[in-house]
Amino acid sequence: MAAEHSSIDALGQFELHTTLGALGHSVNFTQANLLMLVCSALILALMYFGMRPSAIVPGRLQAGAELAYKFVHDMCVEQIGEEGRKFFPFVFTLFFFILIGNLLGLLPYSFTYTSHIAVTFALALAVFLLSTGVAIYIHGWHFLSYFVPEGSPKILLPLLFVIEVVSYLSRLISLPVRLFANMMAGHVMMEVFASFMVMMAGAGTVGVVAAFFPQAINVILIGFELLVAALQAYVFALLTCLYLHDAVHLH
Amino acid sequence: MSETPGGGERSLKERLDAARKRQGLGLPSKPNRPVDPTEGSALSLGLRVGMELVAAMLVGVAIGWGLDRWLGTRPVFLGVFILIGGAAGVLNVWRIVAPRQ
Repeated sequence: MAAEHSSIDALGQFELHTTLGALGHSVNFTQANLLMLVCSALILALMYFGMRPSAIVPGRLQAGAELAYKFVHDMCVEQIGEEGRKFFPFVFTLFFFILIGNLLGLLPYSFTYTSHIAVTFALALAVFLLSTGVAIYIHGWHFLSYFVPEGSPKILLPLLFVIEVVSYLSRLISLPVRLFANMMAGHVMMEVFASFMVMMAGAGTVGVVAAFFPQAINVILIGFELLVAALQAYVFALLTCLYLHDAVHLH
Repeated sequence: MSETPGGGERSLKERLDAARKRQGLGLPSKPNRPVDPTEGSALSLGLRVGMELVAAMLVGVAIGWGLDRWLGTRPVFLGVFILIGGAAGVLNVWRIVAPRQ
């Protein structure tokens, strides 16, 4: 998109457009919504077709599905404790929704819905409300002791309480911003180097040769983005587990 | 074979317990302190520290601004909560870098 007006338009890729013709237009069905549906369908397909044979010696798809299941299951039990099994469906959904979304966003002509703060904030809000709700459900009013550091002087208690509450609320900002900033930064970088390539290629023979350098950088960046896509999904799920651990055990 | 029946039973139970523990099916144990998700590079640690500072400050500013707007006392609460937000940010950073007990 930068080629036509020979300026770098790195943020245009994050604009939402309605898809699916007039019907999509009338209900504001954007490409982000479409990709979320595709992502959900992919996860369901992996689980359905992966587990349908339920062979003792798993095939490739079944091995993949079992690996996915076991990976998240172990993370839950390890981080939260035995109670972690209860939260397995939530963490599993969250992890794969983000992971597949990140990976789908790397395909050409695709769109990364996790690069929108609205999406990541909604996910983080769900995590925040769940972990707070769990803490209140399990511990009742005792939950408030989470905000009182042990062994603090009585006179400082009100101040420390407020600071702890602000610190607790700041999870609601740092959790979504981490994911959204990582995804957005990576895609902006790729767009910028791709624009360099197109601009150089338009500048004669020397430019065509020089255009290989930004192309080489983009090849490396794609590999790096694959790492970031998996890592950020993992970090999001892991931090969810940590917060749930705090909610279940208080400290 | 040479053990008494009772002794044999106990060793079977012990082995079963060990196997259960290995599979994570044993009795609920105190979970060890969860691992730090960002034990990776220094860059990711630095980014996380910066983010935590800013996030806590943002929450402080939002609460202070909201209270001022509600009670019409600008700029009293904003000033107070900027300080509290900064303190909360330092607390977040301390949670990340604090030595493990």
